Amino acid sequence: MTFSIPVDLFPLSAAVLASIACALLGNFLVLRRMSLMGDAISHSVLPGLVIAFMIASSRSPLVMFLGAAIAGALTVVLVEVVKRLGRVEPGAAMGVVFSVLFALGVLLIEQSRSSGVDLDASCVLHGQLETLVWWSADAPNSLAGLWSSDTLRAVPRQVWTLLVMAALSLVFVVGFFKEMRIASFDPALATTQGFSAGGMHYALMLFVAGATVAAFEAVGSILVIAMLICPGATARLLTDRLSTQIVWSVAIAIASALLGYFGATMIPGWFDRAPVNAAGTMGVTSGVLLVATIFASPSHGVIARMLRRTAMARTVALEDLLASLYRAREAGEQGVPIDSVPTRVCKRARARGFVERANGSITLTPTGEAEAATLVRRHRLWEHYLVDRAGFAPDHVHAPAEILEHTGLGPETGPETDPHGRIIP
Amino acid sequence: MTTGIHPALPDPVLAQGLAERPEHSPESPLSIHAMTVAYQRKPVLWDVDYDAPPNKLIAIVGPNGAGKSTLIKACLGLVPRASGLVEFWGQEYKRARSRIGYVPQRESVDWDFPVSALDVVCMGRYRKIGWCRPVSRAHKDAALACLERVGMHEFAKRQISQLSGGQQQRVFLARALAQESDLYVMDEPFAGVDAATERAIVEVLRELKTTGKTVVAVHHDLQTVPEYFDDVILLNMRVVASGPVRDVFTRENLQRTYGGRLTLLSEAAEAMARAASGEMPA
Repeated sequence: MTFSIPVDLFPLSAAVLASIACALLGNFLVLRRMSLMGDAISHSVLPGLVIAFMIASSRSPLVMFLGAAIAGALTVVLVEVVKRLGRVEPGAAMGVVFSVLFALGVLLIEQSRSSGVDLDASCVLHGQLETLVWWSADAPNSLAGLWSSDTLRAVPRQVWTLLVMAALSLVFVVGFFKEMRIASFDPALATTQGFSAGGMHYALMLFVAGATVAAFEAVGSILVIAMLICPGATARLLTDRLSTQIVWSVAIAIASALLGYFGATMIPGWFDRAPVNAAGTMGVTSGVLLVATIFASPSHGVIARMLRRTAMARTVALEDLLASLYRAREAGEQGVPIDSVPTRVCKRARARGFVERANGSITLTPTGEAEAATLVRRHRLWEHYLVDRAGFAPDHVHAPAEILEHTGLGPETGPETDPHGRIIP
Repeated sequence: MTTGIHPALPDPVLAQGLAERPEHSPESPLSIHAMTVAYQRKPVLWDVDYDAPPNKLIAIVGPNGAGKSTLIKACLGLVPRASGLVEFWGQEYKRARSRIGYVPQRESVDWDFPVSALDVVCMGRYRKIGWCRPVSRAHKDAALACLERVGMHEFAKRQISQLSGGQQQRVFLARALAQESDLYVMDEPFAGVDAATERAIVEVLRELKTTGKTVVAVHHDLQTVPEYFDDVILLNMRVVASGPVRDVFTRENLQRTYGGRLTLLSEAAEAMARAASGEMPA
């Protein structure tokens, strides 16, 4: 099974657009440490949707949006109220509010079924991506066939809604980039400068509610929650610039949607199984990408940090060897026995031309000598500094200086000798 | 806003504005009149009256919980006032906003945020730039110049979590300079900084004074008050004394500020908070 325009085009567009809208907004949820708020809103809009639907008995996006927006705003207010009056931490307040509201929504759906409302609790969870296929018999089967006015007419309403929502989110995040940045980083300064932090907060919440509503019918709330948090959190690990983070988050969202969609529709086919739920697979994919980034990120990743630590340990071992050879020579010894030095350290020192071996012992080369002198100088200058400036006792300074000498930093000048009377090279 | 505290003055008097009142001068960069502030119905500042003299470096000094930060925040509208009036050069805050620079406490923000030192300083220019407009080259250059004034030029591109505490404080100071204000309100600018940063901050404060600015700063180190500041406000839930350091910064006044004579007042505040929230009396 491969990509087929009638079957795959619209579900895939819906998924990609929903992911983009959520990822754009999610960056700020992650940075404001309120990811759970996205979770809360995307769950608690359910009763708003059902009630709006029951009152207006229409599924028009405008009615739905209104219901959800009211429910979203109510969530934000209720969380504040529960936090204050119930004296619980914010996480608990959000947890209580959204689970109760979501349960209320499920109840309402049950009740409304008798009155002929066709809303389904499971579709709220994982959406109806698969139903967005191009039903018309004359659907084109090649990309060239898409260039006709029929294509525009065939685009399902859900995809239009998501397109509008993704575009609005983009306008919001790009247009108010500066304002969102200051309101997220320093709300007090934002407010004193006339960019009301509270106002920006509610605007963001409104957009999250909007994205949730636009997405829920097509992709369900699972994908919304995953896409609000995972791309932003992943992107944060890849950069230290907010603008770059936002670009990354969109790329990651698109990648999750594409990988998830084809993973759900194609991979099961290779094992003669039925396709699995696409929205669910996309959510899982975004989580997998996050975990992969936690390990593999070049700047913040676990692996990169491990490599940097190893490199540091190697440098320290090498520098310690050079320094001890220098001290041995000072004491009048001709090198140190080769068995007393770890083979790998010795190898690296020889590879860099710092030491040479001769009849069972190793000695410094002229290059190594110069390098070692710098190190010992730094060590002794530190010792002097610690005694002279920091008030350490002379017999307490060797260990701290031993650590400090490897930082590459140190006092520039000092006396002729260190606190122990040894000459500073 | 129902706080359970009655306004200290009838409304018509407050509505009249402070400029016409003889004890408050319109030249004063900051006039506080009968300001009371309460957190969750518990009063933390009582009936504060103060006029800042122009072009002075003014320290706010007092023990923990005296309401020093609250005083600043209430003046800038960051926490609601239960009663009272605050004016800047005889104008209300909204109209004087662009002439006031604010330096919050360093701990009040998330230093892991993905912005560089230069980005943070540029935030000081946002009001001048206006809504929805990007930060232009000229504004970036102005921000860079401010970083240079606090000796942080070479760290412009650094992500802020990679700066030391003192460097972070200097970035905050540079951001305030970028606001090009006439009045600077600073919350503990010297808290937890190294000696080099302390010198840099003092230098900037003096420079601000020579260019005609006024600085009001919460300060915790009593020893340096006479050296760094011209005026002082001694605060402990209310203004114990205020004025030039040589007149006001006396052993006697300090004892009144730190000596715990106001325990009855703070107990009364606790009792009011309990009564207002409907709890049982202790």
